[in-house]
Amino acid sequence: MNTVPVDYYVLLSAVLFTIGAMGVLIRRNPLIIFMSIELMLNAANLVFVAYASVFKSFSGQIFVFFVIAVAAAEVAVGLALIVQIFKAKKNINIDELNSLKG
Amino acid sequence: MTQPQFTDFYTILPFTILVVWACLLLLADLFIPRGRKGITAFLAAFGLAGTMGYTITQVGLSSIGFNGMVTLDGFSTFANILLIISGLFGIALAYGYTQRMGIERGEYYTLLLFSVSGMMLMAQAADLIIVFLALELLSIPLYVLAAFNRKTQSEEAGVKYFLLGAFATGFVVYGTALVYGATGVTSLSGIFFAASNGTSGLLLSIGAALILVGFGFKVAAVPFHMWTPDVYQGAPTSVTAFMSSGAKIAGFVALMRVFATAFPSISADMTGILWAMSALTMIVGNFVAISQTNIKRLLAYSSIAHAGYILMAFVPYGNKDVVSISIAAGLFYLLTYVLTNFGAWAVVMTLEKAEGKGLEISDYSGLAKKYPALAAAMAVFMLSFIGFPPTLGMVGKFYLFRAVIAGGFNGLAVIGVVTSLISAYYYLRVVVNMYMREGDPTIEQDPGLSFTATCTAVATVALSFVPQWLFLLASTALLR
Repeated sequence: MNTVPVDYYVLLSAVLFTIGAMGVLIRRNPLIIFMSIELMLNAANLVFVAYASVFKSFSGQIFVFFVIAVAAAEVAVGLALIVQIFKAKKNINIDELNSLKG
Repeated sequence: MTQPQFTDFYTILPFTILVVWACLLLLADLFIPRGRKGITAFLAAFGLAGTMGYTITQVGLSSIGFNGMVTLDGFSTFANILLIISGLFGIALAYGYTQRMGIERGEYYTLLLFSVSGMMLMAQAADLIIVFLALELLSIPLYVLAAFNRKTQSEEAGVKYFLLGAFATGFVVYGTALVYGATGVTSLSGIFFAASNGTSGLLLSIGAALILVGFGFKVAAVPFHMWTPDVYQGAPTSVTAFMSSGAKIAGFVALMRVFATAFPSISADMTGILWAMSALTMIVGNFVAISQTNIKRLLAYSSIAHAGYILMAFVPYGNKDVVSISIAAGLFYLLTYVLTNFGAWAVVMTLEKAEGKGLEISDYSGLAKKYPALAAAMAVFMLSFIGFPPTLGMVGKFYLFRAVIAGGFNGLAVIGVVTSLISAYYYLRVVVNMYMREGDPTIEQDPGLSFTATCTAVATVALSFVPQWLFLLASTALLR
């Protein structure tokens, strides 16, 4: 049976990771930024799963479960914060969050 | 698979105690009426003190638990003690402050305990899975704490910290994934063996660099420091004090352990990056601090600059003869930084009024005439930040520079000395304002703050006379 070489997976994940990182840097909506961060995490998950099947080891797959679980915890906190901001300002554009000067 | 044994749990006993205590406290807090949340604060401090007791019984012991996922050694014990001290100071600072600012809630202390437990797990992590879990366990409560003061819209600080923190986590996880791809394992010792047997160097180096970027965000090293001033200014000051100490210790401790135990074989690639990061952090942190007029932002840039000094300890990590004294110097400097930092923030909080008043450096004018003890304490902290004798800061910098020169990086040591001299300008400006200008500052009477300021000021001066003893303690804190 022909299998897809692991390099392809890593390449794809690198592309996904870059898209995610660019999204964080370019987009101005916290929700989209947050989605971009999730994309970065999932790019990492792809690498883990791809290599786990190459090495026939479970630790990569287990790491993926941890990443998914922790990402869910982050979502809970992150969305709560964003909702609070929205309640206070009726707007969640990151450029409006400028009462603190950088 | 083997069943977990008692030794497994003993390895992370202080951490386990703290997590269980925090969970119980979360429940107990339901039955504590509003307005009497001091009880929660007391219980949280009691839990930390108990954890401290168990941690002290582990001095000098070493063991490995859960199939090499966690480890107990001198290094982790030293870091744990430091982290518990930060937790205790964090509670002492928060108690009166949250009441005064009208943000007193029991969850504050529970979140603080969870964050401390994540930091302690970080110090004991011997596997990248645990490093990642500990990183999140310490960060997620901190995101919430940073957004704790809804009256001053500190959600803005919270959301900034959250987005940048999650971004950093992405780098750590992707770096870990590449390291796993290069070596086939996630345990630090396993990575070391695989790497010294000459596996794919490029993938490993990229992975290590991405992990460094992720932790660079956490410890606020340039060029990953942009969030620091905003978050430190916007978050409640008691949270800022805890965050700037605890999160920094945890980040550096994890970096030290990961780099010194897993990545010595690629030190040739990493040393240059670390060198540049350290030099940039010292230069940018100190230069930008000069133009600050708000004391919270001043201390934020000061904390960036100090991250640069601590990063110096990493530069010679690949050199077998120097790595032990440079790690000891790094740990020693962390201790120095934590004491001085908490003291300085305690003084800042003593002068802070509601709605962010009393935070300008000009508000410190005339402090020495009206409150000589407070001004003297602040002067001690400022001198310690500069590295002026007789304070702990001087000793810490001395050990750091010695380690860096022993590693053969004289240029970096010169940059360190020059930037310390530059930093004298803005630290001394605070002292000049206190002692030589006229003004009428008012302070808040708060036993927690006076306690912290007194303790840290006395320790900063007194310990500088017995530094060999402390340094010996840090030297025994070697990695296994």
